[in-house]
Amino acid sequence: MIRLANIEKRYRTDSIETLALNSISLDIGKGEFLSIMGPSGCGKSTLLNIMGLLDAPTKGVVKIAEQATGNLSDQQLAHFRNRTLGFIFQSYHLIGDLNVVDNVELPLLYRSSKAAGRKKLAAEALEKVGLSNRMLHFPGQLSGGQKQRVAIARAIVGRPEIILADEPTGNLDSAMGNEVMEILVQLNRNDGTTIVMVTHDENMAKKTHRLVRLFDGSQVQ
Amino acid sequence: MLQNYFKIAIAVLKRRKFFTFISLFGISFTLTILIVMAAFVDKVATDNYPDRKRDRSLYISSLEERGHKGGNTSSGAPSYYFLRHFGSSLKKPVEMTIFSGNYSTNTYLNNRKVGINYKYTDAAYWTVLEHEFIEGKAFTRQQVDNRDPVAVITEDMKRAYFGNLPSVVGQMIEVDDVKYRVTGVVKNIAATTYIFYEDVYLPFTMSKADYKDRGYQGHYMAILLARSSADVGAMQQEWDQMIKKIPMENNQFDELFIHADPFILNYVRTGHEERSGLLYAITAITIFVILVTLLPTVNLMNINVTRIMERSSEIGVRKAFGASSRTLVYQFIVENLILTGLGGLIGVVFSFVIIQVLNQAELVDNLVLSINLSVLCYSLLACIFFGLLSGVYPAWRMSRLNVVTALKA
Repeated sequence: MIRLANIEKRYRTDSIETLALNSISLDIGKGEFLSIMGPSGCGKSTLLNIMGLLDAPTKGVVKIAEQATGNLSDQQLAHFRNRTLGFIFQSYHLIGDLNVVDNVELPLLYRSSKAAGRKKLAAEALEKVGLSNRMLHFPGQLSGGQKQRVAIARAIVGRPEIILADEPTGNLDSAMGNEVMEILVQLNRNDGTTIVMVTHDENMAKKTHRLVRLFDGSQVQ
Repeated sequence: MLQNYFKIAIAVLKRRKFFTFISLFGISFTLTILIVMAAFVDKVATDNYPDRKRDRSLYISSLEERGHKGGNTSSGAPSYYFLRHFGSSLKKPVEMTIFSGNYSTNTYLNNRKVGINYKYTDAAYWTVLEHEFIEGKAFTRQQVDNRDPVAVITEDMKRAYFGNLPSVVGQMIEVDDVKYRVTGVVKNIAATTYIFYEDVYLPFTMSKADYKDRGYQGHYMAILLARSSADVGAMQQEWDQMIKKIPMENNQFDELFIHADPFILNYVRTGHEERSGLLYAITAITIFVILVTLLPTVNLMNINVTRIMERSSEIGVRKAFGASSRTLVYQFIVENLILTGLGGLIGVVFSFVIIQVLNQAELVDNLVLSINLSVLCYSLLACIFFGLLSGVYPAWRMSRLNVVTALKA
């Protein structure tokens, strides 16, 4: 599903060059639930951003669903992300001026869907995460756990093949974190969604199929 | 999608009320100035009372003589003699009227000073132009030929000179120490139609200046009337051909310039051959519009850049979920157009109020401004232009934001 070959990421300023990722090669199968762990600054989020086509590697090849992504234009990348990928962020990144259902339908806005269809799909996604009764609420009126569930609904509303989650339970207490993790596990098990999750939490990582460890930009496990 | 953008635009406006107030104030104030100016220019350009046959008329109001040997140049209005002698040789016009420029004097009634603006006209003036007579009628050709001391006055002059007298036809009015009998009262003319704006109209044969003087320059103007608007071009050509054959007034000069122009060209003519009045007018209006819009545009642009940078996280999320840079530019331009549209609506309301105040104040005699469909269309165009101009650069800046950087903000 996701194939990374010799991925390298360097950041250059006028005086310093930093090697964030050093020759990472990784194959993630369809339906796999992978977690990525490592100390702060080891390149976990950088790797996730490259997988999510939000950032480009300095060297190496990224293939997602058999599609090489290196030569895609900005427009093509946006289209590909919209169809294939869903994102869940540690800080939720909900749009505060829109209510829950408007936040969830966001990916569908860029698919030329009709409004009625978008609302229907958003309602279904919210039902999956147990928030049907909060559709007209605004993010400011929700708890952390509820916000993250809205973010999950947003990530799955377009039925992407892959979900990339960057520390989805990082800002939640253990009870809420377990709730959110359970939703992700169910998504993977019932819908076969491929999930790649960056986490600091060993307990959360144990619930996934495979663990990859990074240290100073290199894969150590 | 547009509904979503509209919701976001309104929500963003509500978020920072002070910035929103600054933006809306700037936009509405600028548009108010532009709308009032457009109403003024529209009035000047299109108000055709009493000149209802403008589409088949040519106007002659300035003459320039040049001598290359001594570097002499002399310019001014043409004389009655010049216009009558040479103009009457033309075949294309169905009618020609000759009338003087403006004169002014004061009359004292019971120690009360009454200022009077007046001009001298021929009898054809009243058939070429279409004044609306509230009382009486125009003086006739016979009265002009006979040097009858008769006058046509405006309703404002009727009120100023005669007070509340219901009818003044047959009454005497003193202009420049000469008593004239009023034959008719006409509806007022806006002062911006300066060519025809006066208080009193007198037969040219009563002029104290010698209208029979054979010099080329004087204090007169003419209107040539064609059979139809289609004949105006041919009439202009005939005039130009005729001018080429006119002998020089004296050996001081070897070039003569005098044009029969359509209304707007004549209105803005400077009197100097090289200096295009139309170019001056367009340049002046353009500079004014640029100055009036530049500052608020730059101001709004800066506010928009700040606002967009505050929304970095939203931009990052939208890009992550499939919005291309082009889509986001479109979104922000639409949001900005909504903002300028709101400002435009407020500007239109302000303009109605300002125009009512200006009309009540009567800063320009008999000028009644209004907002008609063409003025509203200009304002809509100005709104759109303003919205695009102040939205494109911030939207472009936003589209260049790296997604990862935006999400970290």
